[in-house]
Amino acid sequence: MKQNTNISIETDNLSLWYGKFQALFDVSSRIKHGMITALIGPSGCGKTTLLRCFNRMNERFSSVGIQGQVRIMGKNIYDADVSLIELRKTVGMVFQRPNPMPLSIYDNVAFGLRIHSPHGKISRAKEAEAVEKALQEVFLFDQVKDHLDKRGTGLPLEQQQKLCIARLLPLKPTILLMDEPCSALDAEATEAVEDLLRRLKEKFTIVIVTHNMAQARRISDECIYMLKGNLIEHNKTAELFVRPRDKRTEEYIEGRYG
Amino acid sequence: MIVGLIYVCGVSAIIFVFSIFYFVWREGAPFLYDCFDFKSFFTSPEWYPTSVGNKRYGILALLAGTGSVTIVAMLIAVPFSLGTAIFIAEFCGKKTKEGLKIVIELLAAIPSVVWGFIGLMVMNPIIVKLTGAAIGLNALNAGIIVGLMSVPIIVSIAEDSIRAVPDGYIEAAEALGATRWQTVYKVILPAAKNGLLAAILLGVGRAVGETMAVLMATGHSINVPFSAEFPYFHALDSVRTLTATIAAELGEAPRLDAGPGGIFPPEGRHYQVLFVIGIVLFAITFFINITADLIVKGIRNKQ
Repeated sequence: MKQNTNISIETDNLSLWYGKFQALFDVSSRIKHGMITALIGPSGCGKTTLLRCFNRMNERFSSVGIQGQVRIMGKNIYDADVSLIELRKTVGMVFQRPNPMPLSIYDNVAFGLRIHSPHGKISRAKEAEAVEKALQEVFLFDQVKDHLDKRGTGLPLEQQQKLCIARLLPLKPTILLMDEPCSALDAEATEAVEDLLRRLKEKFTIVIVTHNMAQARRISDECIYMLKGNLIEHNKTAELFVRPRDKRTEEYIEGRYG
Repeated sequence: MIVGLIYVCGVSAIIFVFSIFYFVWREGAPFLYDCFDFKSFFTSPEWYPTSVGNKRYGILALLAGTGSVTIVAMLIAVPFSLGTAIFIAEFCGKKTKEGLKIVIELLAAIPSVVWGFIGLMVMNPIIVKLTGAAIGLNALNAGIIVGLMSVPIIVSIAEDSIRAVPDGYIEAAEALGATRWQTVYKVILPAAKNGLLAAILLGVGRAVGETMAVLMATGHSINVPFSAEFPYFHALDSVRTLTATIAAELGEAPRLDAGPGGIFPPEGRHYQVLFVIGIVLFAITFFINITADLIVKGIRNKQ
């Protein structure tokens, strides 16, 4: 197969087991850079599991078994010489429920920089600059600039979720993984976050898991449809929703199950 | 019927607490009315309740004794317990965790007289040997013993509060590439700090209230182990605590009723003043427990 430099995440026959339960079956996919790829499918189809393979978050649970490869920028992240810490610097993750840490807004954004600087030393000015830039990038700075010392957990949910995106940016990741980032938000907040994602996608590879097919249609450039741990179809969003190649995809998008 | 029974059981705790407090108060009250001098009671180190000519009731030395034992105990118990709690909650495998928890619970099950025995027979010669002190029964000895005795309570509450830290915080830190240890000290400990504080306070309450082990390990001699100049605190001094004083002296203090005119004979004051100490202890532990409780409630309300 031709090596495409535009490919950001590549999985080869990826299978995953939680104990004896197999959650992924030989998933092979190529996720492109600079666009939003949505993972869709009914509950329990393995889309979140697949997403969590990309930054090895599945390893938090014991008894997870993995076969196959996940290559990010051409490098298999399950190789023994891969540093988990570096990997997670490159691949940021946003969670279903906004989860700012119980620190100030400023500290939430500076957290990544601090833990990745040797001995936690980084000049104040540099740090402040990076924090401001990150908050600007998610269009949050103007709302919070006067109370950066307030707790991040006290913000409205929409701002919390933006904060969770902002805190990834100072680390200059190339990939952003989003696990149903809007499921805890109301319609307006969802729109705001979707707008943000559209603006971010030029700089990052964004992979988003969503239950909401309308959302996938609105924001994604490509879609991956999964069912029972199998990748059924990967296509341009416009194609997939209009002319699905697989019968199961068709049934799903027509709302016959899921 | 059964509901009524359960109701009685439920409120019985309240009844017990109040009746105990009432009883302690009743026994101590005559002293408080007749010869209680707030200033000398709390600031005089002279405790001569049985002197024939000149009875003096200063509990400063006893307070200092309790204080010194508590300080040493916490110096030992806090780092130990918090370390253990962090290890159990975040770092060790499931099997180690189960094993450790059982052992720590066992630690709580050792009777305090056995602890006292260890202080008396094991720690005593060791301290003499290591420090060259004349006697190994002192604030250090009792502090170590009481410290170890407070470990289980601190560990179990601290571990609960560490485990109560929402998983989302931990995932957030880990997804940013934080190491286990960075996650613990930058996210988990700050998030759990109220619970940890409450755990420490309950440990303090335990240390203040401990009697038997302290009676056996402190040397039970009246002494203020603090000084104005360096080294300020003499852990190798023998001390006596509030609790141990009550335990040791109550048996030989006669309870005498008021004579004609409602005047109590002076020999009966000793008994009464011991109950006043009881009230003081009650107040201290009550205050500590309430504070700990409020702190724990505080966390719950915030989340």
